[in-house]
Amino acid sequence: MAQPETVVAGVDLPFNDAVPGAVIGRDGEALVVARDKLLELARYLRDHEGYDYLSSVTGVDNLTHPKRKDVERFEVVYHLYSTKRGGGPLVLKARAPEDDPEIPSVVSVWPGADFQEREIWDLFGIRFPGHPNLRRILLWEGFHGHPLRKDWKEAYYEEEKKPYKSRHPDGRYDLKAKYPWHEERAVFHDNLVFPEGFDPDQMDIPVVEYRLGQDIYRELEGIKTDRIIVNMGPQHPSTHGVFRMVVALEGETIVGLEPEMGYLHRNHEKIGERNTYLMNIPYTDRLDYICSMSNNLGYVLAVEKLMGGVEVPERAKYLRIIMVELTRIINHMWAIGFLLNDLGAFFTPALYAIEERELILDLFEAASGSRMMCNYMRPGGVVRDVPDGWIEEARKLVHNRLPRAVDELDAYLTKNEILLARTKGVGYLSPEDAIAYSTSGPVLRGSGVPYDIRKVEPYCIYDRFDFDVVVEDGGDVYARYMVRIREMRESLKILRQALRDIPEGPVLPPGKQKYSFRIPPGEAYQRIEAPKGELGFYLVSDGTANPYRYHVRAPSFINLTALGPMCIGYKVADSVAILGSIDIVLGETDR
Amino acid sequence: MAENEHLEVPPELERNVFLTTLDAIYNWSRKSSLWPMMFGLACCAIEMICTAAARYDLARFGMEVMRPSPRQADVMIVSGTVTKKMVPQVVRLYNQMPQPRYVVAMGSCATGGGPFKEGYNVVSGIDKFIPVDVYVPGCPPTPEALLYGMMRLQEKIKRQSIKTVPWYRKEYRDDIPVPVLGPDVLDLRRKEEIKRKSKELAEASVPRYKRILEEMKASS
Amino acid sequence: MIGAGILRGLKITARHVIETYLDDVKKIPSRYAYDRRLIKQPLEEEGIFTIQYPEEKRVLPENFRYIPMLIFDAETGEDRCTACGICAKVCPPQCIWIVRDQDKTGKPIPRPAEFYIDITVCMGCGYCAEFCPFDAIKMNHDYEIAAYNRFPDLVLDKDALSVPSTYYAQLYPKAWEEEQRRREEERKKQEAREKALAAKRAAKAKKAAAAAKKADAKKTEEKGE
Repeated sequence: MAQPETVVAGVDLPFNDAVPGAVIGRDGEALVVARDKLLELARYLRDHEGYDYLSSVTGVDNLTHPKRKDVERFEVVYHLYSTKRGGGPLVLKARAPEDDPEIPSVVSVWPGADFQEREIWDLFGIRFPGHPNLRRILLWEGFHGHPLRKDWKEAYYEEEKKPYKSRHPDGRYDLKAKYPWHEERAVFHDNLVFPEGFDPDQMDIPVVEYRLGQDIYRELEGIKTDRIIVNMGPQHPSTHGVFRMVVALEGETIVGLEPEMGYLHRNHEKIGERNTYLMNIPYTDRLDYICSMSNNLGYVLAVEKLMGGVEVPERAKYLRIIMVELTRIINHMWAIGFLLNDLGAFFTPALYAIEERELILDLFEAASGSRMMCNYMRPGGVVRDVPDGWIEEARKLVHNRLPRAVDELDAYLTKNEILLARTKGVGYLSPEDAIAYSTSGPVLRGSGVPYDIRKVEPYCIYDRFDFDVVVEDGGDVYARYMVRIREMRESLKILRQALRDIPEGPVLPPGKQKYSFRIPPGEAYQRIEAPKGELGFYLVSDGTANPYRYHVRAPSFINLTALGPMCIGYKVADSVAILGSIDIVLGETDR
Repeated sequence: MAENEHLEVPPELERNVFLTTLDAIYNWSRKSSLWPMMFGLACCAIEMICTAAARYDLARFGMEVMRPSPRQADVMIVSGTVTKKMVPQVVRLYNQMPQPRYVVAMGSCATGGGPFKEGYNVVSGIDKFIPVDVYVPGCPPTPEALLYGMMRLQEKIKRQSIKTVPWYRKEYRDDIPVPVLGPDVLDLRRKEEIKRKSKELAEASVPRYKRILEEMKASS
Repeated sequence: MIGAGILRGLKITARHVIETYLDDVKKIPSRYAYDRRLIKQPLEEEGIFTIQYPEEKRVLPENFRYIPMLIFDAETGEDRCTACGICAKVCPPQCIWIVRDQDKTGKPIPRPAEFYIDITVCMGCGYCAEFCPFDAIKMNHDYEIAAYNRFPDLVLDKDALSVPSTYYAQLYPKAWEEEQRRREEERKKQEAREKALAAKRAAKAKKAAAAAKKADAKKTEEKGE
């Protein structure tokens, strides 16, 4: 995959008759696109070929890839899908050299690329001319450099890839040395890197400009009105995590809203490039920390795809589905409980939801060892079989307790007048907007678009189960709440079938498990229907035991693109409800 | 003080006996109604919420009131990874808490950076900025482990004494200067040290950055 | 009727409240009939039990993982660990430091001289326990490890990490049985192999003796002639 094959007269390169000169080669299953024709091709694909859903925009730095020596340094990979036709992705790649890292922005065609292009600017330094608001998103203005580049090293940098040689056979933690603790062996005896010759007294901190609302002062029948900017800061009672919204208000009506993230940016992708493939699995647990089994499944399926397909035993396939559907129930219960928390019903619905969650977590603990950070799946199966009596307990839960709990939650909340008054008609998102902003999961299905990855591009063994795609037409907060309640019932349907049909047998492929395995060079993108939306993992391998590039397409991050437009025109108290209905978790948003 | 009636207490020690009992009551009332600040950063926050929920009740220990406002809280449970972008806010919140205040570092990330320690946006332990009283390791600590940590905090409070406690001293000010986000997070107490070290690095024969680049080119 | 939804909700909440009191009366003996110290809630019970830590504790499943522990043989006092370093290589945040022991001439011997785990970095993932080929490091169930100081309490050295194999057998009954069974099998196989080797050697010796005798007899014959 070293050089894009140049082809004569565009004979077997697609789209070259409609947009001549756009596609200039192939790279695996991806089409390499010339930078200057990218926008034209994008518009053509959206309008005439039906590719209206931009799933993921990823940046890659080709500096040290052994098979990509004569390819330009920076590239941006686009994965496109069609909501009407379904099916697999169309992958586009645009490349830019090191001295001129600029690629035209596609925000005018697919607005969902907004935050993702800002993230690529932040972490790689690739500019996107045409982007309306190109600022850093996960780090702060003034940070020294672009961290995901291959030549940017952090303070504790020891070696390029793990395992480090300093731990064995001479791993001394010398308690009598001058700097005894391991963390003091870095440059500034701490996790800090300052540029050379840095003088703190002459530092100037750049000021951030928010673009909020269009007009600043309005003349309302001769009265000048003013805008207030309110900061709903990282510490607030709505327990979604450390998330900040800068809201511009006129009276109580919102005229502009801008989310600010990065308060939990834990460098998942950079650490992922240093880890081996197996070491990354516990780190994926911590992405969406409420649904750790789903994250494990997504990553493991991506690794299996990269390896070229692995034979997974039947029992392991059923166990995976059971774990993931139980996780979906946990997540939706938690989401509904905390949505009501945000609306003001302080803690009673949340406590009822947490009750059931505790019992399911007991099951997870018995199977995998930990309540939340399960680390249960491996490429090829699951790590160990469930203990005796587990299936019986799961059956008791699924047939008796959980349906009762879901019905009770439904009876308790669905017709409640206060809930209806506060959520019906609030936060409307039209179906076209939902697709354009690349939303997914209950947000997309609550706006009337029947797109569920388990039906459209089935993975694992979802095609063997009989369940419906839950769609609601309201497009508001109430519709998303109803989608979640109904999806819990669908999950229970799947669970009943899976628990009935689960066969006996091994759970891992035969042979000794290797802790470090090499994968030949290639790339893979695997997406699953996580409870919060479409969770995708993009992996590029370079032939060694560590991934070369590892990117997570996080649903919470991309669903937040729609938050700003959804909130405009509503009251400030509604913004909390709308945020609760999108159901974000910060570990995933910030990675 | 009926039990001390038949003891010969010398006059200079009489005040101490009074203080010991006063200490006991003072500490008992403080440790039985510690109000935590709802300060959940990451995954450990979920376990903290589960600790406050029905199964492992925090209200049994008197910690029922979990207010998000720092002005009404006694103990700040730092649960989750503290990133450099968030550290100015954490220190500001710590400064806004009224005395007596305590800090519990919950989870591996808050005690020492945790598994994300080598990240460029992670602070290796919140005790680099604010003083911590109890460390609860684990990833995440189960609710029972957090309850054990809170019990150790209660034991620590029981051992304090009014005579030596810091917040009744006249000259006691322990507000921490809020760090500044420059090229990297800058703790204002270490300004001189960082200036000196940066100058050293600039005057080194081969800058660190260049050296690492050369090594990479040589090995590839 | 307006307000019907709210009233329904209130009815459900009221039912929960009243049922918790009725439960105590109806089910005599009440929930305290279960073992008071270790609680495992049966799924048929309504609601959820509050576990009154520290007097009551929850039953932990066998696979529960918190932080690692090193096992030494309770009878002989020898560490099972051979300092092979696989756990250090497979640990995701690289929180295990091992120094392999050397004898007097400097040759490495399979025993750890020093073994450190920094539990402020450990994620409790269980990979070290999963990939150890000698069953030397396993995941402990003890979660009561809160400390007042980070250094040195939360960097555990070999003494702090070592536990006797009887403690391990108590925590992991099924895994202990499995391990004993496996060792028994291996021992039997080893014995059978040694027996076969000894039998082969004996047969060879016999053959050699017979050949020597024959050669001897031939020699005497020749001499006789």
